[in-house]
Amino acid sequence: MAASARPQAGFADRNFKYLLVAPSIFVLLLIGVFPLVYLLVVSFQGITMTEVDTSFVGVRNFAHLFHDRRLWEALLHTLIFTAIALPLELILGLAMAQLFLDRLPGRPIFIALLVLPVVVSPIVSGATWSLMFDNRFGPINQVIGWLTGGPRTLLWTINPDLVYPAIIVAEVWQWTPFMFLLLLAALANVDKSQLEAAAIDGAGWWRTFSRIVLPAIWPVMAVAILIRGLDLFRLFDIVWALTKGGPGTMTETISIFTYVKGFQQFETSYTAAVALLIIVLLSVVVFAALKRVQLAR
Amino acid sequence: MNSLHGRQRLRLVLRLTAAVAITLFFLFPIYWLFMISFKTPDEIFSFPPKWYPGQIQFGNYAVLFKDGDAATVGNSLVVAGASTLLAMFVGTICAYSLARFKTGGEHLANWIISQRMVPPIAVVFPIFLLYVWLGWVDTYVGVVLLYTAFNLPYVIWMMRGYILDIPLALEESALVDGCTRWQVIWKVVFPMARAGLFATAIFTFVFAWNEFLFALVLTRTEVVTYTVQVTHYFGGQSNFWAKISAMSVLGTLPIFVVVAFMQRYLVRGISLGAVKG
Repeated sequence: MAASARPQAGFADRNFKYLLVAPSIFVLLLIGVFPLVYLLVVSFQGITMTEVDTSFVGVRNFAHLFHDRRLWEALLHTLIFTAIALPLELILGLAMAQLFLDRLPGRPIFIALLVLPVVVSPIVSGATWSLMFDNRFGPINQVIGWLTGGPRTLLWTINPDLVYPAIIVAEVWQWTPFMFLLLLAALANVDKSQLEAAAIDGAGWWRTFSRIVLPAIWPVMAVAILIRGLDLFRLFDIVWALTKGGPGTMTETISIFTYVKGFQQFETSYTAAVALLIIVLLSVVVFAALKRVQLAR
Repeated sequence: MNSLHGRQRLRLVLRLTAAVAITLFFLFPIYWLFMISFKTPDEIFSFPPKWYPGQIQFGNYAVLFKDGDAATVGNSLVVAGASTLLAMFVGTICAYSLARFKTGGEHLANWIISQRMVPPIAVVFPIFLLYVWLGWVDTYVGVVLLYTAFNLPYVIWMMRGYILDIPLALEESALVDGCTRWQVIWKVVFPMARAGLFATAIFTFVFAWNEFLFALVLTRTEVVTYTVQVTHYFGGQSNFWAKISAMSVLGTLPIFVVVAFMQRYLVRGISLGAVKG
């Protein structure tokens, strides 16, 4: 732009812009395109822990995808986590942002402290919550015992009725502050004069929110939903720390399923087919989302 | 007039109460994690649980240092540090090209950011097979390269935003003064984007520092990072709580310190630049 319109520029100068992007493109092809090609090849072979023969077996692995109950259940679990955690994070984050929007004594300190869960490593969050949820020595059962008037030893990471709430609490604890921070910044940018005009016109809270606030913060909210949605789709660390996908395969997410198939059961070729399925599914979603959501610039 | 004042006061008190309650909720697990690391084994396994340690003692940390487990924090430092430096350099010059010359147009920029959205498990599986073949499993080179590649889209995207914020006139006058293209980048763009470079580097570092899945797959004994080390202490019913908490604190405390100085950039940093901070 600045100087590309210089006719006397030499070869090195003319190709300067390509020289700058070349290293990045090279590295990204390495993780963006190489794996794809490699997965395509391996997924048509029949490699397992005991079978090292690399001859092609046709679409056997892909056909097996459709009969693999455990795979589709893992996808379903992932969707359940997303469908519950994402709205919770969004609504709680929005409520918190509203609370901290106006002047409040100690506001910067509150915000600085509320940020902390976001920067904790997810695996550490999971470990922390497994300490919190411990049936005997954890504080949660202790508090529940106080409230219900008798000692409680709820098995949060083992009892089928409690594992989903436990994981979702940990997940919501870690990422609600993320929503909060983004939405707080968005709310602060809403045009004050419009809000005042609405107040003068006597518009109620809901009308003001849905007609003025929501459209104003939507671009940021959409990006926040996109980022968190994609993160939840790859959910691994917190579940790994709390339940490792158990009891049985009850909380197994698609990432954990793939990990178990590839790195514990060594079904190499089948795992390649699963990974391809994940990439295809996600590409469809991301493509559709990017068309709607404008990231800044 | 007085009653209105009174209502406003009541409102403020209520809001403040809610704010304190929410903050306590979000801080309590972190408090619990830190507190356990200072407890003695007897205090950790006392029923009902003790809400604070009898006295602060560092025995749990001493064990980690004596056994050499604490060295995994050093591995995290090397891996996150090296990959951050690499990604920052390679990514920033790419971002400059995208921002100033519109290289590849919107398509290239969108393709780059879409690379960040691919689930790590789908990438790490073929990469693992490749690394086995290359002999790169459990090596610094292998882990650093993968972290670099994975953080590159973030660096490019963020730095593109920061560079677009720099006025063009400075670069033009530097060119007129006889600077080469590289000198323009070194002497004008890098200094002007200093704050953005710094903020982006910190976040890239934090992502790499906290990463778990890649490290789990690609390390065995030599380059184990602290996140993987924490999970080594999980074991059915007999979790080594003292070690889990002390190791977690060793890995978490540095991040807290860093983030305390980064408040200004936090929102832009974690939102892919979607919100200007």
